This record gives sequence, structure tokens and C-alpha cells, in this order.
Amino acid sequence: MKKYRLYFTLTLNHQLQYRAAVYAGVLTQFFWGLLQILLYHALYISNPAASPMTLEQLASYFWLQQAFMTLFMTWFLDQDILDMIATGNIAYELCRPIDLYNVWFVKSMSNRFSKALLRFFPILIAASLLPKPYKFLWTQPPLQLIFFSISLISGFLVVVAFTMLIYVLTMLTLSPIGLRIVALSLMEFLSGGIIPLPFLPDHIRRYVEWLPFASMQNTPFRIYSGHISGSGVFSAIGLQWFWLVILLLVGKVLMQMALRHAVVQGG
Amino acid sequence: MKLYLKMMALHFSAAMSYKSSFLLMVLGQFLISFASFLAVHFIFMRFDDVSGFTYTDVLLCFSAVLMAYSISECFASGFKYFPSTLSTGAFDRMLLRPAEPLFWVFASKMEFSSVGRLFQALLIMGYAVVGAAVEWSFFKVTVYVLMILGGVCYFIGCYIVYAALCFYTTEGLEFINIFTDGGREFGKYPISIYGEGALKFFTFILPLACSQYYPLMYLLGRVKSPLMGLTPLVTICFLAPCVIFWQASLKHYHSTGS
Repeated sequence: MKKYRLYFTLTLNHQLQYRAAVYAGVLTQFFWGLLQILLYHALYISNPAASPMTLEQLASYFWLQQAFMTLFMTWFLDQDILDMIATGNIAYELCRPIDLYNVWFVKSMSNRFSKALLRFFPILIAASLLPKPYKFLWTQPPLQLIFFSISLISGFLVVVAFTMLIYVLTMLTLSPIGLRIVALSLMEFLSGGIIPLPFLPDHIRRYVEWLPFASMQNTPFRIYSGHISGSGVFSAIGLQWFWLVILLLVGKVLMQMALRHAVVQGG
Repeated sequence: MKLYLKMMALHFSAAMSYKSSFLLMVLGQFLISFASFLAVHFIFMRFDDVSGFTYTDVLLCFSAVLMAYSISECFASGFKYFPSTLSTGAFDRMLLRPAEPLFWVFASKMEFSSVGRLFQALLIMGYAVVGAAVEWSFFKVTVYVLMILGGVCYFIGCYIVYAALCFYTTEGLEFINIFTDGGREFGKYPISIYGEGALKFFTFILPLACSQYYPLMYLLGRVKSPLMGLTPLVTICFLAPCVIFWQASLKHYHSTGS
């Protein structure tokens, strides 16, 4: 356990070096979120009855999305790991007496986490200073906040577990770019990264909500905004845990398989 | 120009030497922009209109912007990757060559995989041009083409500014993304729906709305003055200050030394 904690703090410190990039990122994300909210605001005004989410719910959804983007963005892969596979440096990793799956898991976790750590606070603070329908609301009932935190962490772990599958598949196929782009654009759409899932037509949404992608950012953000409430919260978090276990198991098994057939690339 | 065509042929054959990888990239680009289209489609299954614009109105706007973006991405990606050109010192080599450095940056990279996006834009355009409530005439077709051209100039202008800013910072400024990628994503819808402030900004500071909202209003017959149809010319002129800014910034250049 100590080894993994070391890996975590190592990546974290490494990431915290790039502070200027973070400020630029925060500014970009702030305006991106604002435009996103203005767009849905226009939709809402055009026909309030057709909108599945209220203006307040939309505002907190999009601000949380920008604030925690680096935790959930599906297209963000750890370049270190990909290079390791492509260059053959993976051989060094294999020599170490640690489990490769766990190390990579911790590595991608800390990579995402460190980015989010610097970003989420300024974005949410700035967003809460905006006028009424656009502003981010801090004041949610404590119980809702607790469920949000649990769901946020679970969703984050689901994302990391899913990207682990992509790394393992990269090891198996070695020609990953096409597969990756296809998988990633699909994932982004199905996780609610492009439009919030409640905006999908009902007959499609009914199925999409059961997929592992819906257990990523969709669940925590909708719990926070109160769009998922009551007993729905428990089943939503339950579903997140179900997918987390499945993805971890599949990932570990595939990793074993990949390592058995591993071909180290070049020298 | 001849030299540019030659560089283009070189880039093309380079891209073609990894055919399957290239095709997958094209497919990927297509899928990414398809997801973006699906989002608009699903939104309009729920809402009949946004601030008075119907599905086909928005698609008309969307196709012009997407087309403009994919064309500029194909030809101006040398600017997009300019930070790495600077930090590796490849720019020093460009300065030594005859002809303008601006030309060499243009020619340094071409991203042919944007065809995937272009193809998507063509499909949407086909649907929108037939479906939209526009009485097409020769002048209106010209206006639509101008919208695309104006869009291309807007995006290229933004890329040039992005690259020029690198002379001061060496690193890329992520903030410009909001105008390039953001211009593509949010420019799907006529800028006016984001409110008065956004419209003013994208008219007087960065003239994206001039190749998007105003000519669209003319195409749809909401404004009668043909002058409105010619507003994309403003966006085309926008390229001039961008190039001037580039030239001025070039004087600031210090090699990274590697």
C-alpha cells in the first residue's frame, strides 16, 4: 500500500509544477461553462416545458462538469503509459515487484486528481459570483452533499477503471489510435459529456442510463443538482459500484492475459 | 504557390504511407463530429426551436461553421502545433529559408484527416440546403459560400494569433481554444442565442458572428438588406490585423536555443 501512496504523491507533485498552464485552463473552462449554460438557458426560455432539467439544475450540472472535468474526461489518457507500451519501457515496469495494473491505476488516478485539485475550486468560486440563473449554488442539504461526494469518487474510479481497459487493449493490439478515437468519442457522448443524458430522447435514454458510461459524471452531477433524488440516489450509486467491480475484474483478467502474451517492443 | 502545392503533395504522400492509420483517423474525426451533430439532433427532438431558429436553420449555420473549421484545421494546423515547432527549434530552420516564415509555418503541417469532418459537414449541408426555408438564388448561394470563406478566415486568424502569442510565452495559450474549438462547438448555433453580450463580442472584437449570424438572417429572409449578406467580408478582413500582429510579434522572437 505504501508503494502506491508513494506513486500517488510523486505524480501529484510532478503535476503541481505546471501552475501557469492551470490558470489558463481555468479561464478557458470558465468561459466554456458559461457559454454552455447560456446555450441551455436559451433552449429553456424557448420552451420551459420541454426541458428535463430546471435552470438551477443545469447551472450546477455544467459548473460541476467544468470544475471536475479532468476527473471525468474520457478522452484524456496518460501519455506516459501509452509511450511505455509503444517504446517497450514497459519491460522495466515488469521487473519491479509490484502489480502493473495497480500501479497504472494509481498513476492515472493521481494524474487526473492533481489536475482537478488545482482547478475545481477557482472555477466554482468564480461561478458562484455570477447572477442568479447562471450561478453555482453551494447551498445544498448536507445529506445531498454526502451522497454527491460518494458518487463523485465512485464515478471517478469507474472512469479510471474504464481507461485501464483501453491501456490493456493497447497492449494487446498495439495499433490503438483508431480504436481509441472510436471508443473515446462514443464514451464521451454516452457519459453525458456532450449533452446531459436527460436531454436524450426517452427511448434511447432508458438504455443508456444502465451503461457504465452513465455511472461516470452523469450520476454525481445529477445527485448534486437534485435531479436524482430519494431512493433513486441509492440505486444510482449501487449501479456505479456494480460497474466498478465488473470493470476492475475484467481489467485485471485482461491484463493477466496481455502479460502472458506480452511482446516487448524494440529496445 | 507552386511551392505550396509541392509541400502539399509531400504531406499527402506522407499521410498516405500509413493508409490504415490514416483511414482510422478520418473515421475518428467523422465520429467525433457526428457525436456533435447527434447532440444538436437530440436537442431538437425535444425543443422545436431555439430563440426562433428551427432545426434546419441551425443546421445551415452548423454546416457552414463546421466546413470552415475543417478546412482551416487541414491547412492551418502548422499554427496549431506551433508551440512544439518553437520549442524544438524547428522554427529557426524556417527563418533561414527564403520566402516568408508565415508561409513555412503554413506549409509545415497539413492535417488531411479533417476530411472526416469535412465529409460530415457536407452531409449536414446537403440536408440543410434542401430542407431550410431559403429561396435560393445566385446571390444567396454566394452568401453561403462567403459564410464558409469568412469562417475559414476567422479560424485561421485565431490560429495565427495563437502562434504569434507563442513568441512571447513560448508555450501555447490554452485560452485561445475557446475561440477555435469553442467557435466550432458554440458556433453551431447562431451566436445571438447566447445573448446580447456574446453577440457584441463576436461582432466587434472577433467577427465570428459576421460570417454566421448576420448572413444567416439574410439567407432566412429575416433581414432584407443584401448588405447583411455581405458581412462575411468583415471576417475575411479580420485576417489582416492577425497577420500584422504576427509580423510585429516575429520581431520579438528569441530562439529557444535547442
